[in-house]
Amino acid sequence: MIPAAFDYTRAATVEDAVTALAGAGDDGKALAGGQSLLPMLRLRLAAPAMLVDLGGLTELRGVRDDGDALVIGAMTTHDDVMRHPLVHEHAPLIAQAAETVGDRQIRHLGTFGGSLAHADPAGDLPGVALAMDAVMSVAGPGGMREVPASEFFVDYFTTALGPGDVLVSVRVPKLTGWTTHYEKFHQLAQSWSVVGVAAAVRRSNGSIAEARVALTNMGVTPVRARGVEEALRGAPATADAVAAAAGRALEGASPLTDGTASAEYRTQLAPVLTRRAVMAAGGL
Amino acid sequence: MTRITMTVDGVRYDDDVEPRTLLVQHLRDRLGKVGTVVGCDTSNCGACTVLLSGKSVKSCSVLAVQADGADVTTIEGLAGTDGELHPVQAAFHESHGLQCGFCTPGMIMSAVDLLTENADPSDAEIREGLEGNLCRCTGYQNIVKAVRSAAESMRASVPSTPESAATTEGVTT
Amino acid sequence: MTVTEHRPTGEVGRDRRRKEDARLITGRTSWTDNLSLPGMLHLAILRSPMAHARITGIDVTPARGAPGVIDVFTGQDVADIQGSLPCAWAVTPDIKQPAHPPLAVDEVRFAGEPVAVVAARDQASALDALEAIDVEYEPMPAVMDMEAALADGAPLVHESLGTNKCYTWVFDSAEAGTGGDVASAAEAADVVVRSRYVQQRLIPAFMEPRSVVVDPTQDQITVWSSTQVPHFVRFFLAFMLSMPEHKIRVIAPDVGGGFGGKLQVTAEEFISFLAARRLGRPVKCTESRAESMLAAHHGRDMIQDVEISARSDGTVTGLNVRLLANMGGYLRLLTPATPLLGRYMYNGIYKFPAHRFECTGVFTTTTPTDAYRGAGRPEATFAVERAMDDLAAKLGMDPMELRRRNWVRHDEFPFDTVTGLTYDSGNYEAATDRAMELFGYDELRREQRARRDSGDPVQLGIGISTYTEMCGLAPSRWLGSLGYAAGGWESASIRMLPTGKVEVLTGTSPHGQGHETAWSQIVADQLGVPFEDVEVMHGDTRTSYKGLDTYGSRSLAVGGIALVEACKRVVEKARPMAAHMLECDPADLEFADGAYRVKGTPGAAKSITECALAIFAAHDLPEGVEPYLDADASYDPVDFSFPHGTHLCAVEVDTETGMVTIRSYVAVDDIGRVVNPLIVEGQVHGGVAQGIAQALFEEARYDEDGNLTTGTFVEYTIPSAADLPQIVTDRTETPAPGHPLGAKGVGEAGTIASTPAVVNAVVDALRPLGVTDVRMPCTPERVWSTIAAARAASSGDGGEAR
Repeated sequence: MIPAAFDYTRAATVEDAVTALAGAGDDGKALAGGQSLLPMLRLRLAAPAMLVDLGGLTELRGVRDDGDALVIGAMTTHDDVMRHPLVHEHAPLIAQAAETVGDRQIRHLGTFGGSLAHADPAGDLPGVALAMDAVMSVAGPGGMREVPASEFFVDYFTTALGPGDVLVSVRVPKLTGWTTHYEKFHQLAQSWSVVGVAAAVRRSNGSIAEARVALTNMGVTPVRARGVEEALRGAPATADAVAAAAGRALEGASPLTDGTASAEYRTQLAPVLTRRAVMAAGGL
Repeated sequence: MTRITMTVDGVRYDDDVEPRTLLVQHLRDRLGKVGTVVGCDTSNCGACTVLLSGKSVKSCSVLAVQADGADVTTIEGLAGTDGELHPVQAAFHESHGLQCGFCTPGMIMSAVDLLTENADPSDAEIREGLEGNLCRCTGYQNIVKAVRSAAESMRASVPSTPESAATTEGVTT
Repeated sequence: MTVTEHRPTGEVGRDRRRKEDARLITGRTSWTDNLSLPGMLHLAILRSPMAHARITGIDVTPARGAPGVIDVFTGQDVADIQGSLPCAWAVTPDIKQPAHPPLAVDEVRFAGEPVAVVAARDQASALDALEAIDVEYEPMPAVMDMEAALADGAPLVHESLGTNKCYTWVFDSAEAGTGGDVASAAEAADVVVRSRYVQQRLIPAFMEPRSVVVDPTQDQITVWSSTQVPHFVRFFLAFMLSMPEHKIRVIAPDVGGGFGGKLQVTAEEFISFLAARRLGRPVKCTESRAESMLAAHHGRDMIQDVEISARSDGTVTGLNVRLLANMGGYLRLLTPATPLLGRYMYNGIYKFPAHRFECTGVFTTTTPTDAYRGAGRPEATFAVERAMDDLAAKLGMDPMELRRRNWVRHDEFPFDTVTGLTYDSGNYEAATDRAMELFGYDELRREQRARRDSGDPVQLGIGISTYTEMCGLAPSRWLGSLGYAAGGWESASIRMLPTGKVEVLTGTSPHGQGHETAWSQIVADQLGVPFEDVEVMHGDTRTSYKGLDTYGSRSLAVGGIALVEACKRVVEKARPMAAHMLECDPADLEFADGAYRVKGTPGAAKSITECALAIFAAHDLPEGVEPYLDADASYDPVDFSFPHGTHLCAVEVDTETGMVTIRSYVAVDDIGRVVNPLIVEGQVHGGVAQGIAQALFEEARYDEDGNLTTGTFVEYTIPSAADLPQIVTDRTETPAPGHPLGAKGVGEAGTIASTPAVVNAVVDALRPLGVTDVRMPCTPERVWSTIAAARAASSGDGGEAR
């Protein structure tokens, strides 16, 4: 299939992109790596009148060290993210999740920011961003603003980005002394996550000092498993304690039934995968 | 119409294209590069895989305008100018890594990309590395064998340089 | 008796690398969609979004005026000339055979049915114009469930037929005189196990979407099509459109897989043909994957009720099978026959003394079903192999022991089966022993016990499939007696060129099987010419005009014999010339390694190449010798051949998530003598992969309104390399007695064998939890919910689960 016709502009600056997208309003769409958008265009499930290509904005690519945080450019590809030494050192959870996105070809073009802005409930990176307390830098018609991950994912395929907004970069606080794991459950390598669990654990003297857990596809947006985190805080680093804590994975979750799985099945999976994710993250 | 310039299999082309033109359409319909094929609409099958600036991409999920200025290598540009097969092509033949051959161009291009990154992949790494390419004929067993054997012959022909396999190059702004 | 003992002396038996590869690995291919002709227009087809509706109006006016559009037409525009898509197999005298207009005229009966066609200067314009066509539909009730469709008062798919029942076909061994009565057998049995198995609907999902190009500007209207059956396409275009057959040429160029999915005469071929004639210009119609999923025929989709009776020692006494087979909205080429192609195989390799089989075909408002790799035989094998496992569980016997007790022993061949066939040859003991050895059966059983005892959340299961199948469609007389419109012969022609090079024309039509290579090996041996000196041509009705194409593992089993016979005729034709040149009696010559030698006179020899040149020159031909060595032969099989084998599968089932992981898979197949072991192994790998995919991954699903909800590869999940195991293969060889090469056929064996092996393994893992069946595909959710249901049931009666 071939997409419906659209107008196209390749933005030379972020300001250009904002102006073009603001001008197009609801008929405009930003094109990052295009790995989610192109199939939708080809199936004509989406038919924007104007595509604003961010591909030329080299300043949106790359990862830099910003003291107590990393700043990941929104147009950095999954492939670059998952290989970047700074990411491995300070935010390995992001690398672990990025490795599971799509396949090699898709990771070569698909971008970190694109995945977050697309906000697919089955996407792996939104949950990770939530677990990491990431903060999005957004350029819009009113200038730059910061949106924490907890406010960025608003609804099913919906973020806080409005018409004319461009996700510029993502600030990820460094997690020093933590170990992490992303547990993705899907039957086939190409399939999207049925449920995913992002877990980060800081151990101290045989116990779990603190933990962060976020769930993919247990609601229309990623879900921070605060109950699990609370139960793990100060808990002994044992399988039993982790299993007990994982039992609270469903607090705050409201899984959907869709073509991939039923809500009932997701309800079964979430505690099991949470237990496995925390065990793996904690090296247990 | 948007003006784009592209080097495909070593030849430079300047064209005006409709923005909605997919890279694979441009290759096939405009440039006559029909060795690259389309097997699906959703970027699952990977039959259309080409190298875009040296990295594997699915040419059905890239607009031609996105590839403006890029260097594209297709299955047709893989063999040497004297017709000598690329080691991956030779290995697919030798290991019977194809039957109907429709997935083969994409499968070979993905394997080339994989071996560029990992010169000595395990079978599991080969299987993971080819997860973006579907084949309906072979059950993949001989494809995996072909890639393993291509890796061996490529390692044998290239003098090994320590650290050459390091792939942690990062892009830093 | 493993194959390593058989050392090939000639080409046959060698693992030759394929000739086909050179073009396929370099992108120098000739897929239909690669073709571009002067003035060629592109077609796009508007397809029904509704499963069942009356078309009350179509407005194409805006589409006609759209940019680039040359023509738009609907079913009404071609109603008088479009004919009906053919169904070639009336399986019973009273079968309901509704017309199947290529373009719907006033009613649609499945989502995806063609409704209107746009011809435009480029594909994008054609697709754009589809959106400008306004169709008014009056919705009618979708008919989705087979059992509901047969109930009184059910809404009808075809009102004029008065029923949704297409046919009922019955075989009873007591009536046929091939065995006893199943009802009596069940009454007398110690054990009767009744099971319902469901063959989910599958989509063949060949990698190359279908494409058709029609050029009406030549003296012969030329049709290029991505088809398995160019000869069928020509015949039926002529027959159904009242066209002179000699004015149509059909070419199947490189074809990217079929698996039965391109064993079809399609609406798209008819529509393209009509459009090209209407416009007087070449047209191309290439489907998208989404269209292919909707419109190309589907496979399987049956409900199987199986009753197996046995004595307490495990001896089986009867097998009663009732099938409901989903036809879909219309009958295509082999739709009604596909489930019946399996009907001879429900007894498997076992000595059932009584058998009854009943199949009812049912119309529903879904995409028509038809052949998919194995076509009826995988379903049959699944049923009997699952039933044998269920019986073993009921009897508390090892499932392999139960099989050994009941299968046909190697010294009992040829064996007349309860279904009325004669199994030619086989050695089930040898194949099984080899498979058990490679698999480590006893060790795995020990591990299974340990995991069960420890209550491991990951359980181990072992699955067995000891299968046979019938290859080599088919004796023409047999086909005719069953109501099939065509025969089952095959042909081959040899053109011996003056320089001794050889052109082979075959009526088979490969699409990945490697006939160019295998046929070259056969010819090289038969004529004693180098492998490289043979060129194999196929898939063009101008050159290979006699043939019945490739499907049903028939090409080598039938076409291979025709090829050997044609070669023998060439050898006999050259013999008088050789004798003439050697000045001896033709009877004194023996032919070997490409040369005629005078018996007992070592030095005197003439090569067939020398004969070819001398005959071409024709300066000194003996009396009655034609100036060429070409020869034709055909072969009509007298019976089927019956490959067999033993497949063993070990799976791990994560009972917390339901995830199934294949840990090991062993396939030992006996397909008779092998022409090219490399190609054979590849066929087994691919077949096993497709069978595993049915067991674990794939299912075409509809919602209650009849919308296909698995319309792309995102939802219809075919496995990648990362999802499949390494398969251990080996072979035993029991030559086919009726075949000059001893070959049987291999194209479908892996698919037939593997599905029950995998599902038996999954069920075996879970039996202690009270699970007796898991519906395919055994997705994690389905496995988990089956476990949960079994646990709930067993906790209700006091906790049976161990």
